[in-house]
Amino acid sequence: MLYAVLCYNDENVTSAWSKEEDDRVMRDLTAVQSKYVDAGKLGPVARLLPTTAATTLRHTTGETIVMDGPFAETKEQLLGFYLIECESLDEALTFARDLSSANPSAGSYEIRPLALYKPGELPS
Amino acid sequence: MTDTAWIDLALTSARPQAMGALLRYFRNLDFAEEAFQEACIRALKTWPKNGPPRDPAAWLIFVGRNSGIDKVRRQARETALPPEEQLSDLGDREEELAERLDGSHYRDDILRLLFVCSNPVLPATQQIALALRIVSGLTVRQIARAFLVSEAAMEQRITRAKARVAAAGIPFETPDAADRAERLAAVATMIYLVFNEGYSAMNGPDGVSADLCDEAIRLSRLLLRLFPAEPEIMGLTALLLLQHSRGRARFDADGSLVLLEDQDRRLWNRQMIAEALAMIDKAMRHRRPGPYQIQAAIAAVHARAERPELTDWEEIDLLYQALERLQPSPVITLNRAVAVSKREGAEAALTMVEPLAERLSGYFYFHGLHGALLKQLGRNREARVAFDRAIALATNAAEAAYIRKQLDHLADDAATACLRKSFPI
Repeated sequence: MLYAVLCYNDENVTSAWSKEEDDRVMRDLTAVQSKYVDAGKLGPVARLLPTTAATTLRHTTGETIVMDGPFAETKEQLLGFYLIECESLDEALTFARDLSSANPSAGSYEIRPLALYKPGELPS
Repeated sequence: MTDTAWIDLALTSARPQAMGALLRYFRNLDFAEEAFQEACIRALKTWPKNGPPRDPAAWLIFVGRNSGIDKVRRQARETALPPEEQLSDLGDREEELAERLDGSHYRDDILRLLFVCSNPVLPATQQIALALRIVSGLTVRQIARAFLVSEAAMEQRITRAKARVAAAGIPFETPDAADRAERLAAVATMIYLVFNEGYSAMNGPDGVSADLCDEAIRLSRLLLRLFPAEPEIMGLTALLLLQHSRGRARFDADGSLVLLEDQDRRLWNRQMIAEALAMIDKAMRHRRPGPYQIQAAIAAVHARAERPELTDWEEIDLLYQALERLQPSPVITLNRAVAVSKREGAEAALTMVEPLAERLSGYFYFHGLHGALLKQLGRNREARVAFDRAIALATNAAEAAYIRKQLDHLADDAATACLRKSFPI
């Protein structure tokens, strides 16, 4: 069984980290990850840029609204994520619109640029 | 991370919210500060034992408020003054407090706090000093070091600022929409000033001034979380990130300034650049260009060029023209002249720069650029005069060192010319 591990933290705290503190956290995390990488258990590792860099496309009845920020209503849960290479936010929004028109339910797609991406080595 | 390091971070990040709320209760900067200090001391005692609270800011506000109230009551016994007037919310019960601590109140409190510090009754240097003290919680000694003044002088500056704020009778009500927009611009300016203070004081790997830049970036991210759909705040954040991304490349081993085109681009911080580019991309969609967005866009053109010769100078020229239309200033024209010199040569740029001589006579970069253009045209004697003016106006050692190098080049050229004259080859 595969698990998605989503990291939550208080951005007030993480954005107060100095470069040195951030580097130290990343170094410690990489040390933990490397054990699992060696065991062939770790898949993609992605760090998202701060929520201020996020854009949300919200799909309501019959229309889509583009908003700044990731502020989906809290009753919604994160159900999964795509990784996609895009030239611009517009292109990413087009992709999200395509998804939302294919998706029968109302909901939102949060578009967050990645800060770090390691493809990992999971067997498919 | 150790327990105390975590507590340190939690206190730093909760500070704007907690100080903002305590200021609302006590309506007095000194009082709010003392209450916050008291709450921090209590946090350092209790958190390691009981674990961190779920909402550190709310905890600090609650504890700080109680300790402040105690103090007001004690003072009342000693001085027999009617102290209740100093408190705005004495009647609050705990559950009401909890209600007040919801997101919307935080938002107004932080904004109010930032606004108090960027009040136009204060000169810019006092605004920055006050913000660093009150919002960021830097010690007077740290701020004094960043400003290169004595601790006593900085103490006095902050005390004066507080007195002015108190005398101005700033209203503490929730700002309406129009006030908010106005305050937002003032606060953005203040954050930009904090950044510039760090940026221009930075000469070499000096921790203090880099801290000021980091702090300004933290504040602008905070502001953007409060106003996630404000393109100018996105622009401001992007601009600060892009400028700061070059921090390590801006000085050589001798601490001399390295011009953008001579910088080792491998030293630029790619993570900051990526965040900034994403931010500009978002901002542009709003179709409400402003000075911060345009400046960020200019910085982004540089950031996108892998090598200096790949810089899109035409785009930069166009962006500066847009900036000139939006906010005409001789400094912007001066900056545009750099793009013009790249596109059309030094002669064309010189024609743009010379009419600015009177208005920019006290500006380091004017004489630096003027000298560089004259030098390019082989007018070395005039270049020397310009560089001499620049050196006299340099605000830090790195700027002076850079100009001295230019003068040395001129001297080398002159020496070579002399040799050629006496020994024609």
